Amino acid sequence: MLDAIGVPGIDDLFDEIPATLKDVQLPRVPAGAREMEITRLMQARAAQDGRWSSFIGAGAYEHYVPAAVWQIVTRGEFYSAYTPYQAEASQGTLQLLYEYQSMIAGLTGLDAANASLYDGASALAEAVLMAVRLHKSSRRVLLPASLHPHYAATVRTIVSSQGVELVTLPWCPQRGTLALQALDGLDDHGAAALVIAQPNALGALEDVHALTDWAHAHGMLAIALVNPVALALLAPPGQWGARGADIAVGEGQPLGVPLSAGGPYFGFMTCRGAHVRQMPGRIAGRTVDATGAPGFTLTLQAREQHIRRSKATSNICTNQGLVVAAATVHMALLGPAGLQRVARASHAGLQRLIALLRPLGVRPRFAAPCFHETVLDLGVPVQPVLDAMRERGILGGLHLAPWSGELHEALLVCVTETKTEADLDDYVQAMSAALAHARHPA
Amino acid sequence: MSTLIFERSRPGRCSAQLAPAELACPGIPEALLRQAPPPLPEASELDVVRHYTALSQKNFSIDTQFYPLGSCTMKYNPRAANALAMLPEFLARHPLAPAATGQGVLACLYELQEILCDVSGMAGVSLAPMAGAQGEFAGVAMIRAWHRSRGDHARTEIIVPDAAHGTNPATATMCGYAVREVPTDRSGNVDLDRLRAAVGPQTAGLMLTNPSTLGVFEQRILDIRDIVHAAGGLLYYDGANLNAIVGQVKPGAMGFDVIHVNLHKTFSTPHGGGGPGAGPVGVAERLLPFLPVPIVLRRERPGAAPAYVLAGESERPHSIGRLSAFMGNVGVLLRAYVYARMLGREGMGRVAQFATLNANYLMVELRNAGFELAYPARRASHEFIVTLKRLKDQTGVSAMDFAKRLLDKGVHAPTTYFPLLVPECLLIEPTETESKETLDAFVAAMKAVLEEARTNPELVKSAPHTMPVRRLDDVKAARDLDVAWKT
Repeated sequence: MLDAIGVPGIDDLFDEIPATLKDVQLPRVPAGAREMEITRLMQARAAQDGRWSSFIGAGAYEHYVPAAVWQIVTRGEFYSAYTPYQAEASQGTLQLLYEYQSMIAGLTGLDAANASLYDGASALAEAVLMAVRLHKSSRRVLLPASLHPHYAATVRTIVSSQGVELVTLPWCPQRGTLALQALDGLDDHGAAALVIAQPNALGALEDVHALTDWAHAHGMLAIALVNPVALALLAPPGQWGARGADIAVGEGQPLGVPLSAGGPYFGFMTCRGAHVRQMPGRIAGRTVDATGAPGFTLTLQAREQHIRRSKATSNICTNQGLVVAAATVHMALLGPAGLQRVARASHAGLQRLIALLRPLGVRPRFAAPCFHETVLDLGVPVQPVLDAMRERGILGGLHLAPWSGELHEALLVCVTETKTEADLDDYVQAMSAALAHARHPA
Repeated sequence: MSTLIFERSRPGRCSAQLAPAELACPGIPEALLRQAPPPLPEASELDVVRHYTALSQKNFSIDTQFYPLGSCTMKYNPRAANALAMLPEFLARHPLAPAATGQGVLACLYELQEILCDVSGMAGVSLAPMAGAQGEFAGVAMIRAWHRSRGDHARTEIIVPDAAHGTNPATATMCGYAVREVPTDRSGNVDLDRLRAAVGPQTAGLMLTNPSTLGVFEQRILDIRDIVHAAGGLLYYDGANLNAIVGQVKPGAMGFDVIHVNLHKTFSTPHGGGGPGAGPVGVAERLLPFLPVPIVLRRERPGAAPAYVLAGESERPHSIGRLSAFMGNVGVLLRAYVYARMLGREGMGRVAQFATLNANYLMVELRNAGFELAYPARRASHEFIVTLKRLKDQTGVSAMDFAKRLLDKGVHAPTTYFPLLVPECLLIEPTETESKETLDAFVAAMKAVLEEARTNPELVKSAPHTMPVRRLDDVKAARDLDVAWKT
């Protein structure tokens, strides 16, 4: 090959690079390891992390993922394909994306979906920017204080340099939901959008109908931030209030995606048909080929960075293709009945846990109804309780002190269908022992 | 088109693996409940497995075809990386579980930060960005934060070469900057005179890919560095083409202040039909405080193993902030870590060597086969450009037609119509994992299509002929928008 090129050695291929720049020393990169060696290392590290009975939710939820899901999507034809720019050679990925868009649009009750964004938090940031583009006359967006603080932080990072003003709305101390009275007290209603989380990060279910109508009555768009599993049970954003929410986004992870220490997940986004041209990200569409036969292609690419460059709706270039493929197979496997059962079992599990904890003097902090997650008041410092439960192999929930000073003795706990009655009994026993110790130290 | 999964749906059909039936939801008011079940398909497990397996078979992929897609680095994705990132304990780990229960995964991430620091020649790395474009966003946001930290609010422009990826100008806009484009000279380098004229007190920075998207190394990179730095701007390295120089040249040595690395390119994590990727960012010393969070820190403990922790905004008050709810695309990061460990320090440089060797061999063979090169006087980096302008003038066969006909020959098409400044271009990147036999077969396929274009242009213009569908109508797709199935 070197002869064909006409150079004596492989290093001569780099002769256009200034010699002073060359540096082949990599002291901080370990020497190469064979597959067997790295397998042993990774297995040891995985074993070190161990397996836990986890009751932490807070934006990432443990659900059972049928074996078929990841076996199918890690087929090389999905795993090692690129973005379907050559549509005729990518009909598998494209049809799958179209089916995904159809499922997530149906789940949220809206007309159109994109092929996904990075995660729930960045999807919310994109929704905020989209709402500002649609509204045209205001760059102000209202966020509930009961939004997951990592979501609020992500939105701040992504929208701050575009002159978007974020206003935080307090939660009602009794209910844990947005207080409608507080909304009416806002001195200036000139905002582009209101973000409505259902459930919110405290686990509380909002009165989404009243909030959506309030936003619309004040000339704002309503952005729904929703848990897709909860939507098997709960009213879809497209049916909130008299007119429905305008944009829905959320974290897609509960749909067949493993927790995996934080990612990769995917953010979903759906909207009314009229708004689709302001949506960021890739979109698959159905069309016909030269013979009139149906087929799929990426569409509305004129919104995107590779065509529109500095005037694109976003700089986003990827979707979370493989993760979306998993979610699509997952939704197809569960179907409407399966997803509803997961949602109902999760809800029932939390109700059971709350009932079992009541005799211990542990009660939900807020009066609003919840889905599969809620804030518990322990009445004692939380961290020692969690530490003691961890000794028994249980991650008892998330301590909320870092979220808000008001919640320093509060624990955010989540139950999904993965928890059996025995798991709940173990939880209650572990907490009972920890509380006894906290209240009456030996 | 295959039958849609919705059209396979039959009322009441379902998988056997359902959660227990819980009929009532006593805690939730009726008004908040859904009135009708969600419109998802009802299918058996076999229906679903067969449907999606059949769909997969309608894709080209690295595992099934040569995929010389320029600027995308479609190299083999080792299976071990997938298997080891999907060990059950890693998959089960909750992102907010205590750090003490995740020392194994955090050790991997910390070591990946170290590896990327070394390879990029940077002082620090954050793994937070979830894709190349998000890495770009983080990088430009850090440039902005740095200028502001010095009270310099006059810098309102980001400079990008006309050959840049579309994400560069789109990113600058997202970060609140105006975009100024500088042209490329005839040899494929940035036009230095025009760059000198473009910089000034309004310049926040320059975004550059090197080797550039034209498939050549920017020879006067040190002059570019001096021009931008002298004007008070910073230099951003778009790591899209790092595969060409990994283990040979470090972007830090070229004077770059910020870099993002596409792990789904150089570190061989899968493209997955469009994602997920990962776009870690590295920075020079002066930008360290601004790195996006979380960052993995290693704390030495006397008499015990070191402890790894995630540092967030409270520990890093000058950070540009969070880019995701949790810790970026950890599963992708683990795949990149495994890949980097298997390559090792001695393997990194070989990647660039063999990627460059394959590209230059292919370039020479295609030239000998009668193809016109965009930059015939230049050495190829890991990729190069063929222009079909003359062929189009002679036969009417466009780069698009040519690409579609290549699909019929069983190879994925190169990148077409990018970069925008070379007419009727094919950007070809073979990568280091392909054999000489594969490259020779590709040359044969290219020659065959060239011959067809001359003797039977209609055959090429109406390609593809052997794919699951014929050429698709993109205009209709945008005009009669159908993006979701309805009953």
